[in-house]
Amino acid sequence: MPIATSSQTIGPYWHLLHDKAWSDLTRFGATGDIIHITGTITDGGGNLITDACVEIWQASPPVSETFEGFGRAATNAEGRYTFKTLRPTPLPGPNGPAGNSQQAPHIALTILARGLTKALTTRIYFHGDPGHETDPVLSLIEPQTRRATLIARETKPSVWTLDIQLQGANETVFLEI
Amino acid sequence: MSAPNLTPFRPEIAGTQPDYAANIYGSTALRAPRHAPVRIAQSITETTGPQFRQDRYPGNPDISKVPTGEAQGQRIVVEGHVRDEDGKPVPHTMIELWQANSCGRYHHEGDQHDAPLDQHFQGSGRVFTNAEGKYRYTTIKPGAYPWRNHHNAWRPNHIHYSLFGPGFATRLITQMYFEGDPLLKYDPIYNCIPDEAARTRLVASFELGLTEPEWALGYRFDIILRGRSATPFENDQTPAHAHAHAHDHGNH
Ligand SMILES: [Fe+2]
Repeated sequence: MPIATSSQTIGPYWHLLHDKAWSDLTRFGATGDIIHITGTITDGGGNLITDACVEIWQASPPVSETFEGFGRAATNAEGRYTFKTLRPTPLPGPNGPAGNSQQAPHIALTILARGLTKALTTRIYFHGDPGHETDPVLSLIEPQTRRATLIARETKPSVWTLDIQLQGANETVFLEI
Repeated sequence: MSAPNLTPFRPEIAGTQPDYAANIYGSTALRAPRHAPVRIAQSITETTGPQFRQDRYPGNPDISKVPTGEAQGQRIVVEGHVRDEDGKPVPHTMIELWQANSCGRYHHEGDQHDAPLDQHFQGSGRVFTNAEGKYRYTTIKPGAYPWRNHHNAWRPNHIHYSLFGPGFATRLITQMYFEGDPLLKYDPIYNCIPDEAARTRLVASFELGLTEPEWALGYRFDIILRGRSATPFENDQTPAHAHAHAHDHGNH
């Protein structure tokens, strides 16, 4: 059986692919509950990471002619990523539509950068959502205090902030998928 | 549209993917997380993923020239087959490419290597696989370049690849190397992959049959993306297992 090809770092020069337009997931005309998602990324020494490629993917709202569900952003000189997108709604759990679990609204986020030999994956949840108690992914995270590293807060109307730490005392929880 | 395929993707095979922390690759020191990732059961968020329409993301399969002229260097064509771990072709999937010019310099403001830029080489391309999962593009062979990982560190000739495949869980960023490159044995990035056979699969082979007379040398680089598991919901068992995993490796 063939074996999946190995990952290699995206390196510092991936910006040759970069198109700023991709950070706006509404650019094909999507309408609805528009939000901005932003945050900084720091390393284990507290340094801002200014060369990361950040990608988001959301299965809700469903993909359509006007909404592709995917975005890519570069962290800027202040180590900050920013996306414009639509707020997701609850999703079926890992057993699919036939299962009895439901996931709280979330967006998958991937960080690719120099010094990362493979992608780091996490999720963005939305503070105050009643579904967090029973969400099948958040429920896996122990100790419970670390769950907060996946939960964005509304810092201005419709602007949700989630800062990410790759390493250190308040290290973000990353997921193996 | 048909219902999406929600079958999870298979886990990675031990040794075939690099660890996050790698002593030989200095930049991992402050960027690799200390906690092991928490293993989750895949849901629609992981089993489906972005799909790129060619009318919105047009291909650019010849990066050996720009409208004003041709890039300096050894012209090459690269061809390959993108399949999954069951050997099934991955059709109509987007591949993004980027690389240094023939002197080993990127068209990027962050690259200050003392080697000439080439006004006829931008260094990025985009191709899609066809219905059989095959892709092909034309470029020039990238040069080796120095970096500061350790004394006298040089990256082997390589082309960066980005693929998406059918689901969020099949995202792949990798690098294609060239057969016979003497720098491979010294390269920390290449050698981060524990399994030698897995490393070797990143090396494109020269193929006379792909070589175009009077035009370009030919290389083959096949890519395998994660396959879906045979039993649809086999990772239903992961929650219990995920706790143990996170705790066992919490301080590595
Ligand atoms: Fe490179």
